[in-house]
Order: sequence, then C-alpha cells, then structure tokens
Amino acid sequence: MGFRLAENEKDRYLSELLQSYHVFAPVAKAGKGAFSDTDVVGYGEIESFGDIVLDRKSHFSPKEVFYPVRETLFQFLKDEVLETTIDEKPLVVLVRPCDLNGVRRLDTIFLKNGQEVDTYYERRRKKVKFLMVECTEGFDTCFCVSMGSNVATDYDGALRFEEGSLLLDIKDPALATEILRDRPEADFQVEYIRENKVKVDAPPLEAVTKDLFDHDLWTEYTSRCIACGRCNTSCITCSCFTMQDVQVNDEKNLGERRRVWASCHIDGYSDMAGGHNFRKKHGEKMRFKTMHKVNDYHRRFGEHMCVGCGRCDDVCPEYISFSKCINKLNQIAKEVAQ
Amino acid sequence: MTNPYLPKPYELVGIRKETAIDYTYTIDYQGPVTGGQFMEVSIPGVGEAPISISDFDGSTIDMTIRKVGRLTDKIFEMEPGDSLFLRGPYGNGFQLDNFKGRDLVVIAGGTGLAPVKKTIQHYMENLDQVKSLEVLLGFKSPSDILFTDDILRWEEKAKVILSVDNPVEGWDGHTGLVTTHVTKLDLSNVKEKTAIVVGPPIMMKFMTLELLKNGFLEENIWVSFERKMSCGIGKCGHCKIDETYVCLEGPVFNYTKAKNLLD
Repeated sequence: MGFRLAENEKDRYLSELLQSYHVFAPVAKAGKGAFSDTDVVGYGEIESFGDIVLDRKSHFSPKEVFYPVRETLFQFLKDEVLETTIDEKPLVVLVRPCDLNGVRRLDTIFLKNGQEVDTYYERRRKKVKFLMVECTEGFDTCFCVSMGSNVATDYDGALRFEEGSLLLDIKDPALATEILRDRPEADFQVEYIRENKVKVDAPPLEAVTKDLFDHDLWTEYTSRCIACGRCNTSCITCSCFTMQDVQVNDEKNLGERRRVWASCHIDGYSDMAGGHNFRKKHGEKMRFKTMHKVNDYHRRFGEHMCVGCGRCDDVCPEYISFSKCINKLNQIAKEVAQ
Repeated sequence: MTNPYLPKPYELVGIRKETAIDYTYTIDYQGPVTGGQFMEVSIPGVGEAPISISDFDGSTIDMTIRKVGRLTDKIFEMEPGDSLFLRGPYGNGFQLDNFKGRDLVVIAGGTGLAPVKKTIQHYMENLDQVKSLEVLLGFKSPSDILFTDDILRWEEKAKVILSVDNPVEGWDGHTGLVTTHVTKLDLSNVKEKTAIVVGPPIMMKFMTLELLKNGFLEENIWVSFERKMSCGIGKCGHCKIDETYVCLEGPVFNYTKAKNLLD
C-alpha cells in the first residue's frame, strides 16, 4: 500500500517505528575510513532519516546487523553450558535490492543447507524486517543488473526518498504506524535500475571445466592479492565462520565459545591439524571464491551467489576487480571451449 | 528448536596409548553411529574439532586422537572419569551396502586407519559378508603403528600387509610406501575388486592413481576426506569443495565423485 509523507513527517514515522523496532541503516562512521579524516559507511542504528547515507554505497553490507562479526554461542561456567540470549526487540533494516537478494543467499546457507537449521542465525533473522530503499542509479562498481539482483519484491516495505517527501510502499501492516493510518493512499510503484555501467557475463555452468581451475588466469591474482579478506567481510553473501573458544579464567573454567566471520582469502581458512592446508597461493584462493560466487553455489542452489553489489571492488586495496575477473573467466571459458 | 551447536558432556571411560602421540579415548556413548562418521569434539573454553570415530559397540565409542594442537594437548591431560563434550555424529560414513559380497581391499595410511578401523573390524568379524578381504596398512615407522593388538588379530583372519616407510633395526616386516605394495594384493580379478583408501591427501592421491594403473575401476574405489570443519552441518563453509560439502555429502566419497572435487 502506497503512502506519501511530507519532509516534516518523515521522522515522526521513524520515531513511531522506533517504539517497536531498532532501525538500522547505512550511516557514516566518522574517522573510521581507510585514510585520515575519512568516514566509513556501514550499518548503524538511526534516530532520524537525516542520519542515513545514501549518496555513497555502504562499505559494509547489512549482514552484520543480523549475522554479527563475532557472536557468542555459549558461555561456560564450570560444568555448565549456557546458551546466550539476544535482545528481543525486532529490527528494521534499510537495504537496497541487491542486498535483499543477498539476504536470500544467507538464508539458504544458514537455514536450508543440510538437515540442520542454524538456530543462532534464525533467532536474529526472524526478528528482521526489511525496508528496501529504491535504487535506480547505482554506483560505479555495481553490476546487479547482470546478476539479476537489481529487482527485489520480497520486501516488507519500500522507500523512495524524493525532494521534499518520502514515498512508502508498505506490505507488512506492522510497519504501517499511526501516522500512516487514515492517510490517503499514494500511487507508488518501486522502480529499479535497468542498466549498470559495469556489465558482467558469468560463464555458463557447464563451461566451467577442470581446465579453468588450472588456468593461468589465477596466477595473476597470486601476485596481486594480498589475502586481506576485505572482499569477504564487505560481501553481503559471504557467510563462512570459524569457531573460537576463549577461556577467561582457567581455574573456574569460565569461558565462551564464539563464532567469528571467516575469510577464504585469509591464511588458515583450510588449515587442519598437523598443518596441512589446501590453497596456499592467493590465486588459488581467488579461484575458490570466484567459483563459489559464480559457479558452484549456482550448481547447488540454482542461482548465483554473487549479487553484483560491487563492494569487493570498492574495498580491495590492490584494486582487484571482481567484475573483471568474472568477465575474464567467461572469456577464457569460451576460448577453452573452442 | 534444538540448538545444533550445543555440545553435551560424555564420560571418558578409558584411555589406551597407541603411540607416543596417538591415544584412543573410549567414551560412554549410546547413540547410533556408522563407521567413518565423525564427532565435533570439544573442551569448553579450549576449542572444538572434528574427530573421526574409530570404533563403537553400542555403549561406547572410541576416538583415536593425535596430540597436535591446542585442543588435543588438553585432551591428552584428561583422565578416565573426565568429560569430553560432543555433538554429532556427522557425515555419511562407510555404507556397508557398498562392500557387501565384494572382494574388498582396505588401504590406510597413518591416522587414516582410525576412520576405517571399524569397517575393517566389522568384516574381520563377518567374513561371510564379503567375498574376500585384504588389508594394506602403511605407517611412518614401527613406533607409529596404531591398533597393534587389532592388527595381530586381523592377520589371523585375512591377508594383512603392514608396511613402514622408515624401518628400524629389528623390523622384519614390509618396508616402503604403501603404493609400492599394491602389486602384492590379489589382482587376478581386479575389475571386480573394491578398494577403500584413507590417509593423508598426498597418499590418497597417489594410491588411487596406483590402483587405477593396476586395473581397479574408478567406481570401485572409495575414499574418505579430512577437512577443516567448524560446524559439521553445512554452514561454516570450511570443508566445501566446489558445490560439495564434505561434512554433509562426505567424508566418504566414491572416486568417480572424488576425482572431480578440486580444492
């Protein structure tokens, strides 16, 4: 259902939402950027629509709101294993269509891969409602259209920030707060970006053969990639984690078990007892990630993992472009096929 | 909603020293288990790791553990009566249907014997369930040999080739890498033979190639993979190879599948 709020009514809507929800959106974190006096745009709680940063792409994806970088699973006290609890107040998260499509990938891994449901993910995820922010322009590194993730319709509400007003399309009645009641309906159809500056062609699934795994393409990344893992931490669809136990007090056996985000680029990702690991060269790690994002996830789940948000390109300190990598892979797949 | 990460304490009822750095821990555990499956084993506050089940009898399970890191160092300090935390079992394990009535050869290198030990044991006790049984085992040196008593019993029942890479004075058994002993197996009906290969990645690679060279068919070879795993339930991502999750679809794979799994 469509509504229009005037400029001076926007924050009243937000304050009504805040009575029942924590509201997260991309905000500028002052001085946290890579260079001095620069900001990083990441997700944070907002109290006013004025806090939101929309003229720049967020460096970090919204996943950290409901899939924390570090999450305590258990606290240990002597022989007791205590399961942690979370804030019961539900969340509203402002996302762009690409990220909303990315959330579906996270849901797939945590809720549908294998027989077990990841209850830690589920308990937070089911508290989240998404307000999708209309995105018709994108940014320089975006390639959502190529990945088919420029459009998302499974939002709980959608927003268009216009000069002087805010248009809303509310699907979940719980997000239609007091201020929207008895208000005349406004005509609002969400529009989507239809063309990005960057276009990619992922190779057809069957075109990715063993030859491509061994191809020289990857050796370039062995010299360029520094295995910092920024591409993974900024990615909306990277979901890997590692278990980590911490002991606070040895005598009382007081400690906790956490899970922390893991990165397939960072050393140690495949290390086993005794020191054996599987991908030492950075190019092999790049190949592993690339295949997951635009090949093997699709083989398993029927859609590409990568949604084309382009954050990995934005954050790479070595200026490695993932979109270029996908296109190169596709080109080589064609050459190999001939 | 059950928490799949919740580990439960199980009592350690016995510890058997296999080598200076490999001990077998017997744990009071009654749940159903298949040979080749693994548990996520932990000590709260220290760490959690996937460890294969080397034996079970309905009331206890054995896990043969090498002292190799933070968690296993702590496990080696434990005594009977202490508790280890477990969740699992995970993985497919060795499905006996795949070996029933076959000419079976089991090849294991080093600690790779642990995940396949129960399967060997099962057929040693039920020789009528296979057409023939041969076992080829390799260890670095005589002091690295696991399950010595079991191997002695197996030798009375079936052909067992036990080899060490580095012999010491007094060793009068086979020497050299396991791959060099393939020709000592009964290869008369090799296309009908089924092989299980478990060991370090490099051993499995060269052993499967050696078997193929000697006429084994790809579909008759089974391997078991070891990978880093933080969850065991298809979430953490560490064990994924292409679209395959070793924890979910493995760790036991037919070679026709395994040969296409590129790390």
